Amino acid sequence: MNFLIGAFKPACNISITFSDGKSRKQVPMKKENGKTIMVSLFQSKESIAGKVSIEPLQGKKIEHLGVKVELLGQIEMYFDRGNFYDFTSLVRELDVPGDIYERKTYPFEFSTVEMPYETYNGANLRLRYVLKVTVSRNYGGSIVEYQDFIVRNYSPPPSINNSIKMEVGIEDCLHIEFEYNKSKYHLKDVIIGKIYFLLVRIKIKNMDLEIRRRESTGSGANTHVETETLAKFELMDGAPVRGESIPIRLFLSPYELTPTYRNINNKFSVKYYLNLVLVDEEDRRYFKQQEIAIYRQQDS
Amino acid sequence: MLLIGAEDEEKWLAEGIAGVQHNAFYLHRALDSNNLRDALKYSAQMLSELRTSKLSPQKYYELYMRAFDELRILEMFFKDESKHGVSVVDLYELVQHAGNILPRLYLLCTVGSVYIKSKEAPAKELLQDLVEMCHGVQHPIRGLFLRSYLAQISRDKLLDIGSDYEGDADTVMDAVEFILENFTEMNKLWVRMQLEGPGRVREKREKERSALQELVGKNLHVLSQIEGVDLEIYKETVLPRVLEQVVNCKDDLSQYYLMDCIIQVFPDEYHLQTLEMLLAACPQVQPTVDIKTVLSRLMDRLSKYAASSADVLTEFLQVEAFTKLSNAIEKVIEVQVDMPAVGAITLYVSLLTFTLRVHPDRLDYVDQVLGACVKKLSSIPKLEDSRATKQVVALLSAPLEKYNDTVTALKISNYPRVMDHLDNGTNKVMAMVIIESIMKNNTCISTADKVEVLFELIKGLIKDLDSATDELDEEDFKDEQNSVAKLIHMLYNNEPEEMLKIICIVWKHTMAGGPKRLPFTVPSLVFSALRLVRQLQGQEGDIVGEEVPATPKKIFQLLSQMIEALSAVPSPELALRLYLQCAEAANGCDLEYVAYEFFTQVFVLYEEEIANSKAQVTAIHLIIGALQRMNVFSVENRDTLTHKTTGYSARLLKKPDQCRAVYACSHLFWVDGQDGIRDGERVLLCLKRALRIANAAQQMASIARDSSGPVTLFVEILNKYLYYFEKGNKQITAAAIQHLIELINTEMQGDSATSDAFLASTLRYIQFQKQRGGVMGAKFESIKL
Repeated sequence: MNFLIGAFKPACNISITFSDGKSRKQVPMKKENGKTIMVSLFQSKESIAGKVSIEPLQGKKIEHLGVKVELLGQIEMYFDRGNFYDFTSLVRELDVPGDIYERKTYPFEFSTVEMPYETYNGANLRLRYVLKVTVSRNYGGSIVEYQDFIVRNYSPPPSINNSIKMEVGIEDCLHIEFEYNKSKYHLKDVIIGKIYFLLVRIKIKNMDLEIRRRESTGSGANTHVETETLAKFELMDGAPVRGESIPIRLFLSPYELTPTYRNINNKFSVKYYLNLVLVDEEDRRYFKQQEIAIYRQQDS
Repeated sequence: MLLIGAEDEEKWLAEGIAGVQHNAFYLHRALDSNNLRDALKYSAQMLSELRTSKLSPQKYYELYMRAFDELRILEMFFKDESKHGVSVVDLYELVQHAGNILPRLYLLCTVGSVYIKSKEAPAKELLQDLVEMCHGVQHPIRGLFLRSYLAQISRDKLLDIGSDYEGDADTVMDAVEFILENFTEMNKLWVRMQLEGPGRVREKREKERSALQELVGKNLHVLSQIEGVDLEIYKETVLPRVLEQVVNCKDDLSQYYLMDCIIQVFPDEYHLQTLEMLLAACPQVQPTVDIKTVLSRLMDRLSKYAASSADVLTEFLQVEAFTKLSNAIEKVIEVQVDMPAVGAITLYVSLLTFTLRVHPDRLDYVDQVLGACVKKLSSIPKLEDSRATKQVVALLSAPLEKYNDTVTALKISNYPRVMDHLDNGTNKVMAMVIIESIMKNNTCISTADKVEVLFELIKGLIKDLDSATDELDEEDFKDEQNSVAKLIHMLYNNEPEEMLKIICIVWKHTMAGGPKRLPFTVPSLVFSALRLVRQLQGQEGDIVGEEVPATPKKIFQLLSQMIEALSAVPSPELALRLYLQCAEAANGCDLEYVAYEFFTQVFVLYEEEIANSKAQVTAIHLIIGALQRMNVFSVENRDTLTHKTTGYSARLLKKPDQCRAVYACSHLFWVDGQDGIRDGERVLLCLKRALRIANAAQQMASIARDSSGPVTLFVEILNKYLYYFEKGNKQITAAAIQHLIELINTEMQGDSATSDAFLASTLRYIQFQKQRGGVMGAKFESIKL
């Protein structure tokens, strides 16, 4: 049976390790099969260095036409399955054609890599970064190994960050004034604000604040938009009277948010909205949606 | 909203409780395994049961209490960081991730209280945050309970903070601010309950609201318990804020409850020092609020406080408590136009009670209160409302009870003016109360002015009031008039002049009372006057000259007027007795003509008015008795009078009566004493005449009834004989007595020998005298038995 095993098994084991793998921050990543694994976290302009080691199976040699490692940034549209758009592609040749008889280790380094986009797992697409090692062969096909890693880019706090303040209403029925303390929030931020009731002639049952994510892919006529409600946060229970002021304090950390992405590689955008919803006793909904920008802030 | 059946409600409650218990079970498991995540999850689920809208407040409270107990356990868990490994700061954020507001806020409050206790953040900010976040629950019942939970769970921390003097005073203020804020919001929610739902369930809703009032009031209670809340803070912050809320909420139930609550929970001393502020709120409440009860309770408390120590009293004076209260009441009455009379009067009663307790020395205050009451009363028609009149009676009785001295009440000028507003019946009741008070305290009314006022007060008893045609109960009338009669005896002054004035005034008033009352009042007055006469007689030496206003003569003139008035009643027997009394008094004063005049009146009355034979007998005996004691008459006058008397005696209808009257007349001729008349001859004549009549009576009896009557009359005459014999009347001899005894014995023989006890005693007496020896024994010696 031994030979059979040998036939189905790859001819060698390829492992990719980052040189600072021990100290680098690991973050969870969801794989296609639903499993979560921990992978290394990078940001743009970091150098990505490590080792590729190739270990042939016991007593076998590998004839190859060369060994290379690629750093790929890909956008994958689910409705366009199998098609990857590589927006970044860097290659390092590790070995000239030859034979490998025993375990062989190649160091590599991509220095100061531009990785402008963040890893993203959306409803209709994903953006991933991956290291791809290829051992090219004449026959039996090339041997390929992937190593995912995650890129997150941090933004400095915006210099201008105005509050969102607005008065809305239905004539002679409901007038409210709401205020969110900022228009740009970081991922661990808290939304502070208040809703002030100027006029209430309807029986309100409750009021929620929703966080909605709007993911749009494609462009022009082919634009595909997917909206998801990520958070539904009850702000108020019962009917307020005129003059009442209801506080808002919504912590963003429990929700799986990403920064706002605008027109990433002309392929997609991800935007966030705060949706204030009032529900009356007859379950009619009154709402007002406001876009907020979300950014990633360096942990202090 | 539909009316919900009680059955359904029970079911919902049971479901709610089951939900709480179910989640509590998992919560306990999570706590046991120190699993914070699950603890938060299940506690939030448990608290979600409180989101129901289906329960009435009482049922909701049951559910709430279940959850509350669980939260206490959770709080213990939160407190112990070693169990869950999360700092309280992070915990405070963590619980805010809950999506539903009600569980979120309950958890936030729970963690918040732990946070405060940990002192890792300024209590002020935390409290502010909690109370602010609770705004999210606008549903009245749920909001009330949530805030009540907040108040409850923060209470001990607040007391700590509020009483922590080691920090600066700000910490106290933080606690106070927090409670006030929470209180205000709770009250708003509470008031809002009223506005929910259709009008037809209003009554039910009010009931439900009353069930919740304590949740709101609790805040005030906590405020009062914080040591750091001194007068300053109370005055500058607490009270103004609370009152602002009370006034602005414009809800009668709330206003009434909260005003009462303020009065009950805070110390009296504070009330006293902030009286103005507190009272200023009173006129501003809704007209439907029962502010009189509130004010009454306030005054009640204050007056008890005043009674607690003497030092306190000066404070009352300093803050002019009375003036402030009085002004406030006036304003309340002015503003609440629809307040029924009874309400206003009740207020005055309370104020008066307050005044009497706090300022017993300030009659002017009392007067002022009554004056204000008069003003109010005069603005409305005569009181018809029985409750209102009852209150007026209470108002008027209060000073009487307080002062134990009715005279004091008499000084109050507005007193009678209040009485004027009572109906006749009540007026009488009040008059009785006054009299009873005087009697009870044995108060002596000693000046004419007071008497004048007093009679003005009780005029309901003294005379028929206009249009008083209502049927009177005879019994009541007698009682009333007897009371007046008693009262007259309480009017007394040592100074004859003043006393005379008093008598004149009383006479003036009683005269107006009409014939029905005179028989009751005149005797008292007559005796009162006679007392004065005797007093004057006692100090005769002092009376010099004609200038003296109070002379017996004048009094006698007055007396005869009084008694004469009785003839109009008519009440001759009473008049006769009174004349005799006067005559005796005149005798004492040596006023022969006056005495004679009185006797003349007596005889006139006897002749003209007394027709009843029994009455005649009584009258004759009275006359004889009185006349016998007279020593002022000249011989001539006396003869006239005695002659008249004996004449009348002999003309009585029945023989035995004649007989007795005649032998009694014998005394008119034999008066013991130094210069008494001793006309033995005429005594004997009387006795003989009596014997003759007795004989005649005996014969008449034997003819009419075929049996001779008892010998009683003879024995009685025998006794008279013996009396005079002993007194040394020469005309009465032992032989005559002997003769009489034999006569009696003869009479006895005819009779069946029933032994007569009277006779036996008499004979035994003679025997005794005989054996006594000495002069008397010798005198009796000759009588043989």
